[in-house]
Amino acid sequence: MERDDLIEYSLHAHHDEAKGKQIRQKIYKVTILLTIVTVVEVFIGATVKQSSEWWAAVKAIFILLTLLKAGYIVMVFMHLGDERKYLRNIILIPYFIFVLFLIFIALWEGTAIGSVWKTMWQ
Amino acid sequence: MAGHSAQLDAKTLWGGKESPFQTSYGKLMMWFFLVSDALTFTGLLISYGFTRHDAQDAWPIGEQTFNSMPFLGHGYPLLYVALMTFILIVSSVTMVLAVEAGHRMDRKGVTKWMIATVIGGFFFLGSQAWEWSHFIHGSEFGKIELSDGSQAIVKGHFGEIENFTVIEAGKKHRVGSVIKDDLMHEFQHAAELGHLENGNIHLADGSVAKINKAKDHDMQLIIKRDGKKFKVGQKNISGQEAEKEYYKALYAGEQHRVIYGANMKQNEYGPQQYAQFFFFITGFHGFHVFSGVIINILILLGVILGTYHKRGHYEMVEKTGLYWHFVDLVWVFVFTFFYLL
Repeated sequence: MERDDLIEYSLHAHHDEAKGKQIRQKIYKVTILLTIVTVVEVFIGATVKQSSEWWAAVKAIFILLTLLKAGYIVMVFMHLGDERKYLRNIILIPYFIFVLFLIFIALWEGTAIGSVWKTMWQ
Repeated sequence: MAGHSAQLDAKTLWGGKESPFQTSYGKLMMWFFLVSDALTFTGLLISYGFTRHDAQDAWPIGEQTFNSMPFLGHGYPLLYVALMTFILIVSSVTMVLAVEAGHRMDRKGVTKWMIATVIGGFFFLGSQAWEWSHFIHGSEFGKIELSDGSQAIVKGHFGEIENFTVIEAGKKHRVGSVIKDDLMHEFQHAAELGHLENGNIHLADGSVAKINKAKDHDMQLIIKRDGKKFKVGQKNISGQEAEKEYYKALYAGEQHRVIYGANMKQNEYGPQQYAQFFFFITGFHGFHVFSGVIINILILLGVILGTYHKRGHYEMVEKTGLYWHFVDLVWVFVFTFFYLL
């Protein structure tokens, strides 16, 4: 029996050749961008030494570039950018809240433990 | 409460028809699984950062540890890992192209791009196997404990060992015979056991042989643990002084002065936890890649057999695609936090 109260969301994503061409172009653009970002990261990593005074800035650049790459992968390759706003939020918001909490705890506790070790060895 | 139910009708109640996320059940569950898996990797990377922050200068530096290429040798900082990253990104792209072809019901296109994705996955797994093997076997110099008690990792070109000439007879070898087989292995094994003394090697059969070895070039000692004379963070010891210090320690005839490669107890790169994090994080990720490749192969079979075409949509390809992109996503973070920072 055919049920008319169920919606096949799987069929919603279908598109025609013209739209497909547009999507493919976007994919190729993102590919080039991700490659360039990786090359830049390796270049910086191989040239700037960790002892240099620029290293703090380089660290920040690395983290920003990584988040940029991750954003493109999640939003374009995983199509999260094309999903409904509610789905996007229910995936991203709980994750970010938890991760920020974890980073905060790690830094806070790490500093405390570090100071204990310092006083122990003095 | 009968009065309340009378006020509710189909207009005010959610009738169960339109889902708030407008996504199929399978895709939603895949997303929830990925969020939980992402939290696992987050936990691992944050604990890595925590441990690293405590160790400070003693922690190995990515560009010093990973500077080899297959067939080419040393001196290519981070290039191989960058290549692995690129392979994984490309296989992610072929996956998203397969998904796009699926949305057009283009079965041939899906098959083609899925095959490309599986090949990319195998390339990545092979690269990781090479990387692990290289990490476990270690460098030719190893990490050495110098005479003042400090520990140093060694950079430079190791002069090849030409042969061992026997100068004292043992059960197997006679005086004057020349040993040419398995030299590097014998040499490193003897070094770990403290069987090297004054340029001579004590072999397992009780004989003693002179080591004929080409000269090393550009040797540098990077201090990783404080000693009486050398301190962590000081300028690298190089040239003649480096060679003198290195061979004084190597030929001291003492056990455990040198460590080659890595295992679960010790490693030549830095603190003990470093190798454990390396094995666990890249291993856990590699296991994800491995299962991803297996799942991709199964889905590819479904595509070739026409299972999804009959179903009217290629959502199974999209769902495995999500998992495969996630694996790529994790690698982007591992690459930054493990290799670059």
